[in-house]
Amino acid sequence: MATQTMTNQHAQTAAAEHEHDHHADHHDTGGTTVFGFWVYLMSDLVIFGSLFATYAVLAGGTAGGPSGQDIFELPFVLVETFLLLFSSFTYGMAVLAMNTNKVGQLKAWLGITFLLGAAFVGMELYEFQHLIAEGFGPDRSAFLTAFFTLVGTHGLHVTFGLIWILVMFLQVSTKGLNAMTRPRIMCLSLFWHFLDIVWICVFSFVYLMGVL
Amino acid sequence: MFGKLSLESIPIHEPIIMGAVAAIALAAVLLLGGITYFKKWQYLWSEWITSVDHKKLGIMYFIVALVMLVRGFSDAIMMRSQQALAAGGSSGYLPPEHFDQIFTAHGVIMIFFVAMPMVIGLMNLVVPLQIGARDVAFPFLNNLSFWLFVAGVVLVNLSLFIGEFAKTGWLAYAPLSELKYSPDVGVDYWIWALQISGIGTTLTGINFFVTILKLRTKGMTMFRMPIFTWTSLCANVLIIASFPILTATIAMLTLDRYFGMHFFTNDFGGNMMLYVNLIWAWGHPEVYILILPAFGVFSEVTSTFSRKRLFGYTTMVWATVCITVLSFMVWLHHFFTMGAGANVNAFFGIMTMIIAIPTGVKIFNWLFTMFRGSIQFTSPVLWTLGFIVTFTLGGMTGVMLAIPGADFVLHNSLFVIAHFHNVIIGGVVFGMMAGLTYWFPKAFGFTLNEKWGKRSFWCWIIGFYMAFMPLYALSFFGAVRRMQSYADTSWQPLMILAWVGAVIILLGIACTIIQLYVSIRDRKQNLDVTGDPWDARTFEWSTASPAPFYNFAHLPETTGIDSFWEAKQKNGAEALLSQGPYEDIHMPKNTVAGPVIGILSIVLGFALIWHIWWLAALSGAGMFVAFLMRVFNDDIDYYVPAAEVERIEREHRERWARRDELEHTNRLEVRA
Repeated sequence: MATQTMTNQHAQTAAAEHEHDHHADHHDTGGTTVFGFWVYLMSDLVIFGSLFATYAVLAGGTAGGPSGQDIFELPFVLVETFLLLFSSFTYGMAVLAMNTNKVGQLKAWLGITFLLGAAFVGMELYEFQHLIAEGFGPDRSAFLTAFFTLVGTHGLHVTFGLIWILVMFLQVSTKGLNAMTRPRIMCLSLFWHFLDIVWICVFSFVYLMGVL
Repeated sequence: MFGKLSLESIPIHEPIIMGAVAAIALAAVLLLGGITYFKKWQYLWSEWITSVDHKKLGIMYFIVALVMLVRGFSDAIMMRSQQALAAGGSSGYLPPEHFDQIFTAHGVIMIFFVAMPMVIGLMNLVVPLQIGARDVAFPFLNNLSFWLFVAGVVLVNLSLFIGEFAKTGWLAYAPLSELKYSPDVGVDYWIWALQISGIGTTLTGINFFVTILKLRTKGMTMFRMPIFTWTSLCANVLIIASFPILTATIAMLTLDRYFGMHFFTNDFGGNMMLYVNLIWAWGHPEVYILILPAFGVFSEVTSTFSRKRLFGYTTMVWATVCITVLSFMVWLHHFFTMGAGANVNAFFGIMTMIIAIPTGVKIFNWLFTMFRGSIQFTSPVLWTLGFIVTFTLGGMTGVMLAIPGADFVLHNSLFVIAHFHNVIIGGVVFGMMAGLTYWFPKAFGFTLNEKWGKRSFWCWIIGFYMAFMPLYALSFFGAVRRMQSYADTSWQPLMILAWVGAVIILLGIACTIIQLYVSIRDRKQNLDVTGDPWDARTFEWSTASPAPFYNFAHLPETTGIDSFWEAKQKNGAEALLSQGPYEDIHMPKNTVAGPVIGILSIVLGFALIWHIWWLAALSGAGMFVAFLMRVFNDDIDYYVPAAEVERIEREHRERWARRDELEHTNRLEVRA
């Protein structure tokens, strides 16, 4: 199956290049886009790195307010984590569907991924709302400032990813799979898996270490 | 309805500000009126504003940078005048709250809106040509980056008319920049101008990194790239790795100011030194983002005008890479006095001194390139020689500052000011002036006037030494930076000397403006018909001047370093011409989304500064819609027909064949 996928993908790319290009010196734009997106992700990683470092510095600054141990509820966060991990799996299925040119399947997997991602964001918002209602909002202490900002930045990224899924759903529906939409599905895939990795770090460094 | 904005936000009672406002408004009216009168809007829109041509974007970056240089210099001469006057009880002519805005604006403008756009402008103009590419990897993003940068420029200038600018110093140290101590909109202007233009810079970094790695022409391995491309590559790596830190840091300060959070406050567990660490973790790589491309310019200029291959190409590359890596390991030397302890300070002091080693390697490479070369003393060479002397001196005072013990004495003194102007003027400014002169013909098809270029150089170098050597001396007498006034009248003579130096630099800037005017007026006599006015070595000179929009009719092939030079040695001047048959060329189309998103980001920034939330939401939504429209647009590229390419190349060949005659006629015209 893997071989078949590869061959199919290759045939598709070749066809796309043929339709698009009759020059020897033309470069592979799809590959350049995906590479460029990798580089963007690395720069985004630096933003998260700065926020993690900030959290590490400020985690002790509770200013008489609660510490991580007092407010983190691991079972709740574990459900969130599994939602996101599972959404990475379903996005992987979406990419496999794209490689075999099954647009219907691709859209179905995109839809499932969207629902899982939306559930994740919903749970996070609930957690935030719950904390703020208890008086533990981001303005309560430096620890909570750093916590809300780090987790919230990740949540904002996931929200942006959700919008992107919607856009790709629309684009695949109207334009089908072509030299423009394929690299975008791939970039979104990178983005989605990247957010998963960042979340695993958030889960480990913020929640697990906070409770330990 | 209008948030914090009211009519009182306009500083009508400040004569100096209103004078500046009137002058700028008059200039704007003349400019816009002129464009309307000569019916140039259509031309500007389709040829420049929406253009994705990297050469045109490069030119636009440079134009904005030169305008902002005048603005930033006005701040400089106002400060020097204030300090020349305000001795021994006199308070000068600038009240403290105005003086503080001026030194903040001067730093911000000179770094972000003069030095950065000059560096990025040169990269835009030169890098794709040097690597034999038709454009950058992401032409639309390139246009968008430019307009985001312009948004930052506009916001900084708006702060002059409406409200005020930050009074915190160019890096807006917390907690001074927190709401509690800076309740006005000044810091918010700083925040949004830098945040918006900084995102543009990050996009530029990604764009050029991918361009250089993916779009090099056939045969151009990494170790065959011209040095300017190498230094640009490293500068872009630094942008990608450091600007996100700036973005994150500014965002945190924003959250503190807008949502009452406690990242950097001095209560509720906030940590003000965290801010200083973060801002310098970006700030130190930033100075290398500026200087590395300048090193690249000097390398190209030195080898071209010495008629020699660059001495030690490989060591030059590795020295650049070393500096790139080391630049992330020295940030703490900006605040040895924080009290991190002797061991930490010793580590960062030693790392800082180590940077002098690869830099020294470069200096010797340039010297050995010139050694036994047949040097032509053109103005780019003068800038280079001035750089070698001045930068070496500045580097040595830098090593002095890198000694933690000495730094405890020199910290926050005029010594620091003298040191970084020594390396920024002597390095970045001289480098950009050399680069401007060197690549100007490639952008416009005629060379710059040498006489006025050399006059500019002499004014700058003499002015620099007169303006900044006194500051080294003053620092030993105890003069600190950012003084609105001082008690000790014995400092005044040196302060006046420094003011005279600044006036001489002003003459240097005037010479550059005259140079541009004279060169445009006499352009026929300075025509670059061949495309290779300096008999240079890299691919940008193998195509016509100005370069055709598709850069190369056929993408060049390379077999080694300076292979264009080799080709000229082997085939003579034929290396400068393309041969048929030609093929269709694939090119990107112009973009409307770039400028639209840029303009909306000005509105967004302005709305956020003044807490006009509905406008912020509206402009933010507008940006999103504009981006979506771009995303849904399939019609983004086209093919230039082979016949069109052939016509353009034939015209170039015909002009080229008549080059002696053209030059001859020009000389006759000049005589008549």
